[in-house]
Amino acid sequence: MKCRVCREPAIIDVPRHNANFCAPHFLDMCRKQVLKAIDDFDMLTKDDRILVAVSGGKDSLAIWDMLIDLGYEADGLYIGLGIGSYSDVSGDYARAFAAERGLKLVEISLRDDYGYDIPTATRATRRVPCSACGMSKRHLFDKAALDGNYTALVTGHNLDDEAAVLYGNTLRWELPYLARQLPTLPARNGFPKKVKPLVRLSERETAAWCVVRGIDYLVDECPMAAGNRHLNYKDALNKIESQSPGTKTAFYLNFVDKVAPLLSAFALSDDLVLAPCNSCGAPTTGEVCAFCHLVKTASAHEPVPVELITGRGARRR
Amino acid sequence: MKVLLRNPRRELDIPGPRRVHALLNDLDLNRESHLVIRNGTLVPSDEELGADDVVEIRPVISGGSL
Ligand code: SF4
Ligand SMILES: [Zn+2]
Ligand SMILES: [Zn+2]
Repeated sequence: MKCRVCREPAIIDVPRHNANFCAPHFLDMCRKQVLKAIDDFDMLTKDDRILVAVSGGKDSLAIWDMLIDLGYEADGLYIGLGIGSYSDVSGDYARAFAAERGLKLVEISLRDDYGYDIPTATRATRRVPCSACGMSKRHLFDKAALDGNYTALVTGHNLDDEAAVLYGNTLRWELPYLARQLPTLPARNGFPKKVKPLVRLSERETAAWCVVRGIDYLVDECPMAAGNRHLNYKDALNKIESQSPGTKTAFYLNFVDKVAPLLSAFALSDDLVLAPCNSCGAPTTGEVCAFCHLVKTASAHEPVPVELITGRGARRR
Repeated sequence: MKVLLRNPRRELDIPGPRRVHALLNDLDLNRESHLVIRNGTLVPSDEELGADDVVEIRPVISGGSL
């Protein structure tokens, strides 16, 4: 296999582009895709104060690295979720990445700062782990961005993530969720601008970026992710993709281009009734926001180790 | 060749030589969701892996919703 650009030996084949690349030209392809996303969807300018949500996994470290590489200034935000050794190790990767490059990493610990962790919140709320986790992260990303006067919050969502969420929302015709599933959400009502510059790169490509750039990241999966719907959707889409390369790209990008604009009426509907949370001031539809409610419930519960949620103990309940 | 797999972490001995795409097929792994790495370098799908190679097959799928 030869590189499409220079005819030197290729290190990776990218079937959705029907092309193979050597290391330098693969990195070029990734940069171009990210710049195109930033440009097409009005994501960032060089004046933005950028905060990158960093998990220690491949996507968030790849986008932080790319933004710095492309000349943006960006700090990182790491949230300690308290998911046993997974969280300990992921924090080590995020800290090492920042330290090696002299970058600023803001840290929040759910247990130290809010008195709970994700396994405990999962047990206390009796819902799937990603529910309490996703809600905690969204709230704290917003808060950290506003507290630190950042103008843009960057997350590492890639093409596979977005295609999988789109697939799930489409299977159920979740119109309000579909309407909100955009690569750029402008700042509004006390929420910072949120952007996903990796939406034009697959997760195989973001992982390959890390390997080629020598970025150490946490390869192992979150132990609480096993068996969730999202993974099943990714699996289904990748089966289709391997038969017809380019399907995921078309599914997601054509949605954003052709369908999302038709749904915009559904997206704005909850805007009108938001008011500040009585307890923390974050915009909410109730008197107390869902996050403050979660903190109250979860911090009152005795700590639950992650093994009790992921292991046999979880099934018995 | 020695093949390192993850989730769960395990090591297999597989007779070589073998091309990358054939190895992934044998193990029933989708090329879309894996990278093959030899000596720290990515290996494209038509490359032949030798009997003495040590390779890592790294899954690239992250779970969870945000
Ligand atoms: S997989 Fe779920 S529980 Fe684990 S970090 Fe992601 S959102 Fe949180
Ligand atoms: Zn090249
Ligand atoms: Zn609140």
